[in-house]
Amino acid sequence: MELLNNLSLGFETAFTLQNLMYCFIGCVLGTLIGVLPGLGPIATIAMLLPATYALPPIAALIMLAGIYYGSQYGGSTTAILLNIPGETSSVVTAIDGYQMAKRGRAGVALFAAGFGSFFAGCVATLLLAAFAAPLAEVAFKFGPAEYFSLMVLGLIGAVVLASGSLIKAIGMILLGLLLGLIGTDVNSGVARYSFDIPQLSDGIGFVSVAMGVFGFAEIMLNLEKKGTGETFLNKVTTLIPTWTDVKRMTPSILRGTTIGSILGILPGGGAALAAFGAYTVEKKSSKYSEEFGKGAIEGVAGPESANNAAAQTSFIPLLTLGIPPNAVMALMVGAMTIHNIQPGPQVMTSNPALFWGLIASMWIGNVMLILLNLPLIGIWVKLLKIPYRLLYPAILVFCCIGVYTVSNSVFDVFVTAGFGVIGYMFFKFGCEPAPLLLGFVLGPMMEENFRRALLLSRGDFTTFITRPLSLGLLVAAALLVVIVALPAIKKSRQEVFSEEL
Amino acid sequence: MNIRNKKDFGAGIMYMVFGLFFALNALNYKMGTAAKMGPGYFPFWLGAFLAALGFFILLKSMSSKSAEESIGKWDWRIMIWISGSVALYGILLPTLGFLLSVIILVFISASASHEFNWKGSALNALFLVTFTYLAFVKGLNLQFPLYPAFLN
Repeated sequence: MELLNNLSLGFETAFTLQNLMYCFIGCVLGTLIGVLPGLGPIATIAMLLPATYALPPIAALIMLAGIYYGSQYGGSTTAILLNIPGETSSVVTAIDGYQMAKRGRAGVALFAAGFGSFFAGCVATLLLAAFAAPLAEVAFKFGPAEYFSLMVLGLIGAVVLASGSLIKAIGMILLGLLLGLIGTDVNSGVARYSFDIPQLSDGIGFVSVAMGVFGFAEIMLNLEKKGTGETFLNKVTTLIPTWTDVKRMTPSILRGTTIGSILGILPGGGAALAAFGAYTVEKKSSKYSEEFGKGAIEGVAGPESANNAAAQTSFIPLLTLGIPPNAVMALMVGAMTIHNIQPGPQVMTSNPALFWGLIASMWIGNVMLILLNLPLIGIWVKLLKIPYRLLYPAILVFCCIGVYTVSNSVFDVFVTAGFGVIGYMFFKFGCEPAPLLLGFVLGPMMEENFRRALLLSRGDFTTFITRPLSLGLLVAAALLVVIVALPAIKKSRQEVFSEEL
Repeated sequence: MNIRNKKDFGAGIMYMVFGLFFALNALNYKMGTAAKMGPGYFPFWLGAFLAALGFFILLKSMSSKSAEESIGKWDWRIMIWISGSVALYGILLPTLGFLLSVIILVFISASASHEFNWKGSALNALFLVTFTYLAFVKGLNLQFPLYPAFLN
């Protein structure tokens, strides 16, 4: 009953005109960036974060969340029509979706993706509502040692599930943690690594890091490829699936939703991983496995359901534990701190309208998205004709304006330009930037909990393994590393991620 | 010495440079003990760990067992052009104001593309400056120096 009361509070909050409007704006923007290749959710959220300063916190979070799950809907459109995934989470959708489109079944593929996403989004939001309260209870039992171990687990999860080299990803996390420590130390008041530059004593703006490393570096890499952007666009035919299609896609949607919901909660998980996981499962379990790669509807319905489910459930660790499971959620932490909300279990009790309002808005957003994406598909298709040479200067302009408004200083603009160069270097050396951003956000939190845990134990490092909860979390982290190091897993992990490039 | 994996070699050096930078500078701050940590404690050990990791990656990249990988072409022009146009925006904004710096940013960044043409960029600049003015200055009421400083 409590859940119903909470949800009615949530819908009351979400159904105000203002919040509905920001939910809608978020969904439209999300679809837009999902459709446009070369612009991902991380860069967009970083770009728009400053624009939300003037908004009330709930409206800001509703809009930013809409951008994230909205981009999962939009990403499938380009994947199916153009064979260009708008987002990494839609890479696998392109395999079978584009083949379906080539056979004149683009509409059905879009329907499978859209309806799957809608169903998965609704289920995952329900899970979020149901599990948030009990998980937050657990979080209240956490001391600093447990929090430290939880962050270790989260960061290890992020590298294990990331693509590419494990050891280089660990390096990126360490570098991120260190960059996060720049600025005034809260305990001693010493300005660390600021070298008498007054702006640095407040630390590096995390908007600058995210925009530079993701936004700018992405632009440089896209320009380097020298593509003309002229591609063959498939026509959208009837959206209505046949009875056989419905029978084939229903179990895939259910499986995709389950896989996505689970992988979304895991540290380091998120939409992209969920889509890869679901595609592998569909391919292995389907009666029609020989059709995969040639236009199997399961290969569209499964991954698309999974990526949207994961986009929603990845809010669970953020809202209940205050630990972001992936880079997009790390940005949400930033958004919350900007509005003076400390993410964690206390949000639910101290700010119930915000918490439940955000959850309710996700339901509303999913309804908006299915309307935006299926009947209005023609509008988005037109957008695909914007050439990249006009698009990227626009991205740069929005980034520059956004980063300046963070603290009305050009210093942040210079820092962002610097991180653009660093981000380009990361890519050239094959270092993935997502773990860096996660480390950057967690850096100060991790140091604080590490320090407090050792203060309480009088400098005894065994405190992390003598407290059962903390030990459990560390064992889980160690298991993750061992599992990934197993030769069989290592091989299939490489196979899964090789399709990403 | 034979560097087989050039990407890893580069990453190793990068991690070592960053790690040493953070670790050595941490020595300027009070270290303290584990029970009573000073501001230097956590960054020193993190930095040392990062440098060690970098050294390990560096050694591994030269081992005969590592996979052969090259870095690929390093496009200095695009890198400098994009980051440079952003930095230039930062320099010009206080003196030339919002409207002019946005136009300059669009032009300079657009010329990094091999598909650059004057007409398209001019229209794009005009559209963007109008749109951002209406959305950010009028709509969201964000504060910018709008016009060149010498006009005020």
